Amino acid sequence: MTVVDLGMPTLPHAPRGVGHLRGNRPFPDAARDALRDGQLRANLGHATSTIRAKRAAVVAEVPDWEQLRAAGKAIKAATMARLDAHLEELERQVTARGGTVHWARDAIEANAIVTELVRATGVHEVVKVKSMATQEIGLNEALEAAGITAHETDLAELIVQLGHDQPSHILVPAIHKNRAEIREIFLRTMPEVDPGLSDDPRELAMAARAHLRERFLRAEVAISGANFAVAETGTLAVVESEGNGRMCLTLPRTLITVMGIEKLVPSWRDLEVFLQLLPRSSTGERMNPYTSLWTGVTPGDGPQDFHLVLLDNGRTATLADEVGREALHCIRCSACLNVCPVYERTGGHAYGSVYPGPIGAVLSPQLTGVEDNASLPYASSLCGACYDVCPVAIDIPSILVHLRAEHVEAQKHATPEAVAFRVLAKVMSHPRRWRMAQKAAGLGRLLARGRPTMPAALPPPASRWTQSRDLPTPPKETFTQAWAREHGS
Amino acid sequence: MKVALFATCLVDTMVPQVARATAVLLERLGHEVVVPPGQACCGQMHVNTGYRREAAPIVANHVRAFRGAEAIVAPSGSCVASIHHQQADVLRRAGEHALADEAASLAERTYELSQFLVDVLGVTDVGAYYPHRVTYHPTCHSLRLLRVGDRPLRLLRAVRGLELAELPGADQCCGFGGTFAVKNADTSTAMLTDKMANVLSTHAEVCTAGDASCLLHIGGGLSRMRSGTRTVHLAEILASTEEAVQPDQSTRPAISAVNAEGTTS
Repeated sequence: MTVVDLGMPTLPHAPRGVGHLRGNRPFPDAARDALRDGQLRANLGHATSTIRAKRAAVVAEVPDWEQLRAAGKAIKAATMARLDAHLEELERQVTARGGTVHWARDAIEANAIVTELVRATGVHEVVKVKSMATQEIGLNEALEAAGITAHETDLAELIVQLGHDQPSHILVPAIHKNRAEIREIFLRTMPEVDPGLSDDPRELAMAARAHLRERFLRAEVAISGANFAVAETGTLAVVESEGNGRMCLTLPRTLITVMGIEKLVPSWRDLEVFLQLLPRSSTGERMNPYTSLWTGVTPGDGPQDFHLVLLDNGRTATLADEVGREALHCIRCSACLNVCPVYERTGGHAYGSVYPGPIGAVLSPQLTGVEDNASLPYASSLCGACYDVCPVAIDIPSILVHLRAEHVEAQKHATPEAVAFRVLAKVMSHPRRWRMAQKAAGLGRLLARGRPTMPAALPPPASRWTQSRDLPTPPKETFTQAWAREHGS
Repeated sequence: MKVALFATCLVDTMVPQVARATAVLLERLGHEVVVPPGQACCGQMHVNTGYRREAAPIVANHVRAFRGAEAIVAPSGSCVASIHHQQADVLRRAGEHALADEAASLAERTYELSQFLVDVLGVTDVGAYYPHRVTYHPTCHSLRLLRVGDRPLRLLRAVRGLELAELPGADQCCGFGGTFAVKNADTSTAMLTDKMANVLSTHAEVCTAGDASCLLHIGGGLSRMRSGTRTVHLAEILASTEEAVQPDQSTRPAISAVNAEGTTS
């Protein structure tokens, strides 16, 4: 007799060997190095505490903030429940207004589609709007392999690109660099720059402006991501602070937008909620300086050739997890990074993915499959600060705990840790066994030889505690034992 | 009121004086304290480390141990938060639906100490005396999962002789995080260092909190640095009086020679 498994087929995750969702090392190892970088810690500590205070101030101004959050969460949940229908509506509307929609199962397909579209135009360089989706799939590298140069035009992305670096923050990719470091990068990499350039922010911005202006004016193809897409009219939206994005969205003849399938909202009324939530949460501004919206192609105005690439890359697999799917509600504001005590100390590179911080720790392992990012769900003390600030109320701590269980339950062979936890569970579920174990733990005091604390040099895993913290010597008698003795039960 | 005391596995095994202080305090306020002998652990460590299947029998034991209790009090925001937010879900996933309903109803009667004192008993002045300079660390799960707010501070302000020093960056996590403290020991220590710097900047003699676990971490760091500032659980401070300073609820550090000699009771 054959057994037929009628269960859900395993949905594909983001493929290996392409894009930036996986690190080379587990988080604790990468973090260990980052923690030793005093300059990084100083830069991050300064930047995150500044933006935290700005966000708190502008959020406090909004009397109905909690209702807005609840609305944002509800809209996202409702949209995800019928994502297939909304996506098809979006495709119909974009097509009806002169755009072309492409469906990309994963990073490899998306990179191939974009590369082919750029090749067809005959140009060898493109300008780029800051975009997480294209960083996720490693589009710049794919274009480079095809002989196409991609110029990042967001100031912070430009700094990262010129410094041959990787982004370390969703909103502020160069948050790990200070002004003096940025000045050095500009002096080394911009041939036209004034050698007398100082680290005054205005001077740095003017240098970048001159550098970018030339590229905007000659660009024929632009590539962007999207913050939102409104399904009912097929309208795409990018919100930004600098206006460099708008240059890319309006000057070139061809515009290619790569968007994760979770980014759409059904209607304009839904968009209104997110345009209130996003700027206050991300930059700590009441409103972002530039909101660019475009619908298909408008003859004689702006790009005359518009392509929308809808990217899955593990999102459908994420959507299938009833706890983890909430991570797809993220609007990439990065408020959770700015309040995270782990992120503040390790920076973004330690996470090994373009999505760092708390949201990255729940998103990256789901896009890649939890075993490819198994250390990330543990990269949190579960302090809950991320959940408090999330503008769409994603319960990140609960998802982290859920993914830890997914990882534990995916192990085919029992690890020493799993054996220990299983034994401990057996002990802790039977009062008599537990009392005996407590007595055994009390014998640990013999190692202390009458001192108030245990020796610092204990074997692993206890050493991982005692390397930096004293462990008190266990008492001779537990409270429950003493109480039972005194009260005769 | 008849109060069932949940000592929690960590307090019971490592810092029994905290459970003792909780019992002494509640009895002094005129309530009957019972300590259900079947109690062990709430299951949080297993759940938060990924062993939620294994946690189910631990949670079941907890529910059995406290079955029928009128009110349950624990000197731990974190364990109470787990009882409120995780226990029923763990049992439900394990298919134990009747026990899960029971866990949910027990959770409604389970209180963190400061919540129980302020909200249920309606007291902020518990008649305590503690002549020390103290700073208060609001632990993350008390702060963000239970929303205890300023209840512990209101209790501390009413303690005679106590000088309360405000802790800078108080709402920042100390870096404990259960198994996070060993799985990510370096990051945990970096967070601890900043917490200790803030604690020491207050020049307080004592750092207090409502969670023995976080205090074990902060106190362990302060002790390693030979800083002289010690950690004392909120229950120990509230249990202290001029008349009845007992060895086990004294103003001594949580890590004390008394523990090692085993003469605490």
